[in-house]
Parts: sequence; structure tokens; C-alpha cells
Amino acid sequence: MSVLVVVECDGGEVKKSSLEVASYGSQVAQMLGATATAVAVGEATEANLAQLGEQGITKVLYDAEPRLKDFVNGAYTKLIAAAAQKEDSKIIVLANSNIGASVGSRLSVRLQASLATNVVELPKTDGGNFVVKRGAFSGKAFADVKLEGERKIIAVKKNSIEALHEAGKTAQVESFSAQLTDADFADAPKQVVMQDQAGGILLPEADKVVSGGRGMKGPENWSLIEDLAKAIGAATACSKPVSDVDWRPHHEHVGQTGITVSPNLYIACGISGAIQHLAGVNSSKVIVVINKDPEAPFFKAADYGIVGDVFDVLPKLTQAVKELG
Amino acid sequence: MKFLVCISNVPDTTTKIAFTPDNKEFNKAGVQFVINPWDEYALTRAIELKEAQGGGTVTVLNVGEADTEPNIRKALAIGADDAIRVNAHPKDAFFVAQQIASVAKEGAYDVILMGKESIDYNGFQVHGMVGELLGIPTVAPAMKLDMSGNTATLEREIEGGKEIVEVNTPFVASCQQPMCEPRIPNMRGIMTARTKPLKVVEPTGDAPRTAVFEYALPPKKQGVKLIPAENAGELIKLLRNEAKVI
Repeated sequence: MSVLVVVECDGGEVKKSSLEVASYGSQVAQMLGATATAVAVGEATEANLAQLGEQGITKVLYDAEPRLKDFVNGAYTKLIAAAAQKEDSKIIVLANSNIGASVGSRLSVRLQASLATNVVELPKTDGGNFVVKRGAFSGKAFADVKLEGERKIIAVKKNSIEALHEAGKTAQVESFSAQLTDADFADAPKQVVMQDQAGGILLPEADKVVSGGRGMKGPENWSLIEDLAKAIGAATACSKPVSDVDWRPHHEHVGQTGITVSPNLYIACGISGAIQHLAGVNSSKVIVVINKDPEAPFFKAADYGIVGDVFDVLPKLTQAVKELG
Repeated sequence: MKFLVCISNVPDTTTKIAFTPDNKEFNKAGVQFVINPWDEYALTRAIELKEAQGGGTVTVLNVGEADTEPNIRKALAIGADDAIRVNAHPKDAFFVAQQIASVAKEGAYDVILMGKESIDYNGFQVHGMVGELLGIPTVAPAMKLDMSGNTATLEREIEGGKEIVEVNTPFVASCQQPMCEPRIPNMRGIMTARTKPLKVVEPTGDAPRTAVFEYALPPKKQGVKLIPAENAGELIKLLRNEAKVI
């Protein structure tokens, strides 16, 4: 029996969220006295996969079929199911990403496994139960969920588990073929279009986020947000009204019906803090609010706040970061 | 073309979340329920595609008890042709997926649409389970959906970009913005919705595979530490030395 970890790779690199997932999986394996094996999807290099030993992975299965470079639901599902069969894995851990959720839900039916997504903590296994804590009500609550049955799939929310780094440990990389056929690639993408991200940091993966609302007054002022984001190594984001009027693209919209983020630091600039926006950000570890209205509801959810004009405050913050060196 | 749109009945987006004293259930007292906002994208896009094709049907499906019927009627008022309610408390994603797959098989629907996830349980699971139960492709989450004959072209969101995917019917897609501008019912729609068919069927399938043990609210914040605007730079020092996040 092993715990199987699904590792997503992009451009040869293992995604940060997958390092967290690998750490989660190896800790679960330790709890159960099992080993943690990984199956890699996407474009990977053997050297980067071997480094997963630092997260406690002993072996990585990798199918170098070139069509697996981009996400294909049918093929990924078959590949991971085959790896789970080979390794006799009763527990499969993946990221709560668009890939993880798409594949995890199909796998749960194929392998007759119970599934929990949006999981934020290691499982509790007292009294023969297997219980995981997951975010619910758009971040406004948590649910402890009991997973039934012999096989279980867990999708781990980004930034909720600290990645392990045991320097020098390496995993054995083994080539693996799931005997994929053309039919498994029926839903292969015709085209993949990547968007420009400010500073090259993807919002869903970011551990710091600088976000702007209607208080920014117009898209032409976004350089203030981008300057601070660049200085601290953060991704940029926005509130729903901002993406609704096309000041910023949809993929930057955080909130109840946008992207849910849980970075270590969320800086909200000129956002009043409607309950729907809070739902998408309130699991951030530290929240900073900058707003000229002292009555803005967001201050109630904030750890640090500045009552002031964003046009005056933001350049000062960027300057202060530069002075830190 | 036959569209099946799955809608879920969720607490209004402004609801303050509270639970029953044993923390086992959401406390519904005084809460207004709405169509899950993500599902509104699925519903409106299905209606738009049906209109563009000049024919076909849009059927709304909800797994829920009788108290969800006002929102099913609302979906009919927005423009769906008929509705099916599976008379059951939606226990978990797998249970709901089985009901949808059973209705979809029976009705031989070409396109099955739903929202990306529900804003209450946030599972993001049902689309894939339905696709796998029916043995058809799933595209999730989809930001754009166009149809040409039996072929659909979708834009699927990936972290940092999008994929353009082509699939043939039947298929399942879960929807999110900016797919369309969700419609609101007009007076004529509200009047005609009253007479549109709403069929109630009993649930089928196996037992749920998950159960909620307990709900909890996040710990309360300590309170905000305010920094004077003229000393804004001080904030950066606090974020580095005190909060240790920079």
C-alpha cells in the first residue's frame, strides 16, 4: 500500500502547489506506516522530479508521452488510475487546482473512492474514522468531512500546507506507461493560450497578493498596484466590480464567484470589503486594508490597516520596500 | 439540441453563515435561498445557444426537497422550458452526480451544463463525476462555450491561461464567467413560468461516500492595527518584523 501523490509540472518545474501536495502525501503516508509515491503529469525533468525526495517522496512514476504536456482530462485520469492500481494506493492526494479537481472527480467514480476537495489540514484518524477539514461556504466556514470506503482522494487547497524541505534526499524516478491510446486524447486542447501575469507570478499560486478595487478610480492607475506587487514579489488581483467594468481581466477577480485565494499576505487597496469579496480572501494569513473610508467593512477583517488615500499611500509603501533592500 | 442545466439552491451571497447548535447543519432560519450564481452562467448560456439555434429545449434539473421550487420556477422564468426535481436532500457530490447522470441518461441530453461549483459546499466535483458516470468528456471550468452542429468549442481556464478545447456532444461542462451576462426574469417570463412543466422524480443510486461531521466558523480576528497614513512606510517594517510575511 502506498499513498499516491499527483504532481503537476509546468515547463519542466514542479508547481509550488504540488510541493505542498507531496509534503501532505508523505505526512499521511507516515501516519499510516506506508510509503509515498508520486505520479507526475505535465512537462517534467528527471532532475526536478528526483528532488521530490525533499518532500518525502520515495518514487516518482513518469510517462514521457509528449501529448501529456498539456492537460487532457481523459488521458490524465487513465494515467493516474493506472498508477494507483500499480502501487495499490488506497489514498490519492492531488492539488485543489483546475487540473486536480477535474481529474479527481473523474477518478473518484472510476476507482469507487470517496473524495474531499478544498482540504486545509492533515487528516484525523481517531476511532477508525478518516476525517479531513475542508473550506466551505466560500471561505466563510470549515467542514470536518468523514471519508467513507476503502479508497480516498484528497484535493489539498493551495497555501494551506507548509512544503517540507529535507535537503539532499532524492526520489527514484521510474518511467511508466499507462498504454494511452488516441481515444484517451479526445479532449486534448487545440490550443493553449497563456496570459501575461504581472511580475510572472500566478495569482492562484501566489503567497502574496496586492489587489485593487473601485477606489483605484481607473485602469490607468494600476501601475501603483503593480509597482508594489513587483517590489514585494506579489501577484496582482482585483475585486468583482473592477473586472465587471473591464478595468482588469477576469482571471484577476478574487471573491465568492471569482478565484479564492489564501496567500500569506493580502493587501486590499481601495476595496470596501463586501461580504462576497471577503469570502474569496478571508483565509489569507495576514490581511492589510488601505481605504480612505474609516467605516469600510474590510477593516473588521484586517490585521493591519491604513485609513488614507491609495494614491498617496501606495507609492510610500513601494518606496519603503525599496529602502528595506 | 437538448440542454440539461443543473442548478443548486444556495444561501444568498450576502448571508452571514451560522450553524445549528450541534454544528451538524447549516442554520437556514431567516436565510434567503437563491440559484447558485455559477449556475446562472450555465442557464443563461444554454438559453442563448438554444435561441441561436432556433430550436431545441432547455431542461432545468435540481436535486432538492420541495422548498427549492421557487428557484426552479425562477429558472423557468429566465427561459428554461421545463424542469425536473429529484426529490431528495443533496447529501454529497457523488449522490447528486448519480441523480444527474440518471436523469441525463433517461432524457438523452446532448449538452449538460452546470456552474463551476456551488457557493455553499464549494466541491467542484459534480461535473467530473457526471462525465465519468456517463462515459463522456467533461470540460471544467469553462469560460466560453460556442456550438457548431454537434461540435462545441470551449475555453477552459487553467492556472495562468486557457485551453481551447473541442468536443462532440454529448459532453458536460461546468461554467464560470465571463461566459455570458446572466439574465434576470421579466414579467412575461414570470407569468409563463407558472404553467411550465415541473416533474418530480424519486432518487436512485448508491449511498453517499462522504458525510459532514461538523461545521465550524473561522477563528475571529484580533482586531485591526491602524498605521497613520503619513507614516505608511511603517507598515512595511511591521509586515517584515512582526507579521514576518515580507
